[in-house]
Amino acid sequence: MVLAEAVQTLAGNDPAGLLPAREQMALSLGWHIVLAAFGVAFPAMILVAHWRGVYRNDDVALGLAKRWGKVAAVLFAIGAVSGTVLSFEMGLLWPGLMGPFGDVLGLPFAFEGLAFFTEAIFLGLYLYGWGRIPAKQHLLMLVPITGAGIFGTYCVIAVNAWMNMPVGFRMENGNVVDIKPWAVLLNKGSVLQFAHMWVAAYMVVGFVVAGVYAAGMLKGRRDRHHRLGLTIPLVFASVAAVLQPFVGHLLGLRIADRQPAKLAAFELALETESPSPLRLGGVLIDGEPRFYIDIPRIGSIIARNSLTKPVEGLNTIPPEDRPPVNITHLAFQGMVGIGTLLMVAVLIYWLWRWRGHDLSQNTWVLRFAVIAGPLAVVALEAGWVATEVGRQPWVVYNVLRTRDAAGDNPDLWVLLVATAILYTGLTVGAVIVLRSMASRWRAGEEDLPSPYGPEPEPLRADASDSRRSS
Amino acid sequence: MTLADAVAAALFVGVIAYALFGGADFGSGFFDLTAGGARKGAQLRTLVDHSIGPVWEANHVWLIYILVMWWTGFPESFAAAMNTLIIPMLLALLGIVLRGAAFAFRKYAPTMGQARLYGTIFAGSSLITPFFLGAVAGAIASGRVPIDRRGDLWSSWLNPTSVLGGVIAVGTCAFLAGVFLTADADRSDLPKLAETLRLRTTLVGVVTGGVVFAALVPIHRDATTLAHGLEHRAAPLIVVSGLAGAATLGCLITRRYRAGRVTAVVAVGSVITGWGVAQYPWLLVDQVRIEDGAGVDATLVGLLVVVGLAAVIVVPPLAYLFYLAQQADTETETVTARSESRQ
Repeated sequence: MVLAEAVQTLAGNDPAGLLPAREQMALSLGWHIVLAAFGVAFPAMILVAHWRGVYRNDDVALGLAKRWGKVAAVLFAIGAVSGTVLSFEMGLLWPGLMGPFGDVLGLPFAFEGLAFFTEAIFLGLYLYGWGRIPAKQHLLMLVPITGAGIFGTYCVIAVNAWMNMPVGFRMENGNVVDIKPWAVLLNKGSVLQFAHMWVAAYMVVGFVVAGVYAAGMLKGRRDRHHRLGLTIPLVFASVAAVLQPFVGHLLGLRIADRQPAKLAAFELALETESPSPLRLGGVLIDGEPRFYIDIPRIGSIIARNSLTKPVEGLNTIPPEDRPPVNITHLAFQGMVGIGTLLMVAVLIYWLWRWRGHDLSQNTWVLRFAVIAGPLAVVALEAGWVATEVGRQPWVVYNVLRTRDAAGDNPDLWVLLVATAILYTGLTVGAVIVLRSMASRWRAGEEDLPSPYGPEPEPLRADASDSRRSS
Repeated sequence: MTLADAVAAALFVGVIAYALFGGADFGSGFFDLTAGGARKGAQLRTLVDHSIGPVWEANHVWLIYILVMWWTGFPESFAAAMNTLIIPMLLALLGIVLRGAAFAFRKYAPTMGQARLYGTIFAGSSLITPFFLGAVAGAIASGRVPIDRRGDLWSSWLNPTSVLGGVIAVGTCAFLAGVFLTADADRSDLPKLAETLRLRTTLVGVVTGGVVFAALVPIHRDATTLAHGLEHRAAPLIVVSGLAGAATLGCLITRRYRAGRVTAVVAVGSVITGWGVAQYPWLLVDQVRIEDGAGVDATLVGLLVVVGLAAVIVVPPLAYLFYLAQQADTETETVTARSESRQ
């Protein structure tokens, strides 16, 4: 609590609920976003594996689809819990946002709820469908799951895009008037931001799942099951990794007009330079940038698609409207750096493969594949930090300051500690459970129960019951 | 009926669905908790796992639906309720997190010890959540959530109506779950288990029914607006609830489990509906009416579009899922029966 007070003093006259609310939102969203990525991208990979299994009579692929479905169910279950937490937190932490703006931003959330419901039901149908729904119809159950995941992502991103580019209302004497809720859903600003997140989800899930099988291959399990388990997600991740820089570039072009302060922080541009350099690395110490390399002109090309147009410097922005520069800059560069590394890696991998060398047998390549998953997660988190912190001090850009959205409740610090403990527990539990599933599969127990799925087949049910009760 | 009324009704349908589906689901935690040691309780716990398997995760969706409809349709009252009722809301949330995670983890637990730990957390938190959500409902219904400032953090939900609301929520959840589990056990040819459950459920039903009707006395003093509604407009529903509750007990005693499930749903559904009807037209009792708390018309229309789409898109596959789950049941019945005959 001493620490809390010290931070409070530093934060000046902000309401007591602001800092803990921020940290809590960062913690729970940062945690949920990884599971959300699985909800979006994993069904598509299961669809490909299952499709191969059904239409090419590939039993190995079918086996993968079956196991992945159960993993998806566990992750989905935990994601549903952390999603419920977030919908509470919207009101608990940000009464100043949800009170005045709830009916402006709510509709996309309502559609997201619908998408989530659809996903949950069809995932249930998919898990119950093994052996009960005819094979080709059963495969089709994955289509609504995939579609609802994509639509749901769009809806959530539409709300975030609205915070960056508010539309669908006017302010009049401090009141929110002229509300057009559909405008938030159809906000032009949502499309590119959605595309960036969607592609990121395929990168994260593709690299993480491929990494799991790469780890298995490093332990000597080089059967077809592992090779296919590596290849399917890797193809998704590769396509996504190559597309992502272009999507990100298009999205970035908009920031110069819309959020110059965010762009200046991304580029660590203290003063306007024309043309602007690309600044690699660097931190701000006592107001001076240190430890960086400037590459002339490239900044203008990347941020503005021009040889001459400048990146507007932070000096043009009033101090009270500047985001925390170091966090924003480092997060942005971390995201771009990792994204570039992953893109180069997959290009080399497939180029070699095209020339007839199968790198999936190379130990070093497999080792890189194992760390590519965590790297992609770091890039996802960094990108999210960059966009969220870069928007500060606004929660709704140029309309509502984050300070004014927070409640006045110092006890939120206690809550933050409790949340941190709880999420740590959840993470440990999830890891233990997923590892236990994997080891039981390796031991030959194929039909593990899932939270959604039916009871295991008769004989195995007996075996597992007696194991439990003994 | 105005737009705001229609949205409030759609929101309340979510509350009823959560109370029934979620209620049966939460209540099973009570029977899981009281099932006894690892060996003695194994059969009942297997039944609990089995019967809430298809629904337990979908139930979060009802709660998310309620919250989203509330903050979108009636934003100021949502912010006000969250601000005043932060403590019970958080404790309910804690229960939800622990329960959802622990249930999933128990299924895959690698050792017996871990399964027991997760099981205890699952069952314990199944009781916490309905209690605090019931207390929240009691706080709103007794007019303790002011719209323009933060109400008292403690007395807003530590008062007769709120505490009774919490107790009634836990009781009705356990009652619903008990009736469904008894029917499941009977259908799966587990007569011994069905008998145990039948006795416990009857006891839970008698106690809960007693509390519901005894509660009318303190509520009369503590929450006058609500009590007036309960004694007048909602009176028929309270009577229906009493009759259906008594009929359920009759069904349990005479072992008509299939019919008992219907009457139990009617009994609990009409208590919940009675609360809604008694509170109407207040959104936050004595503070904000539905009409005055509503967001703009365009948003309300949008919400009704979502509700309409949900009815078309979600209900048929949900029905199909329950049908498939039933089929899965019949396949495993023979096995469970065999395992009981061995014991």
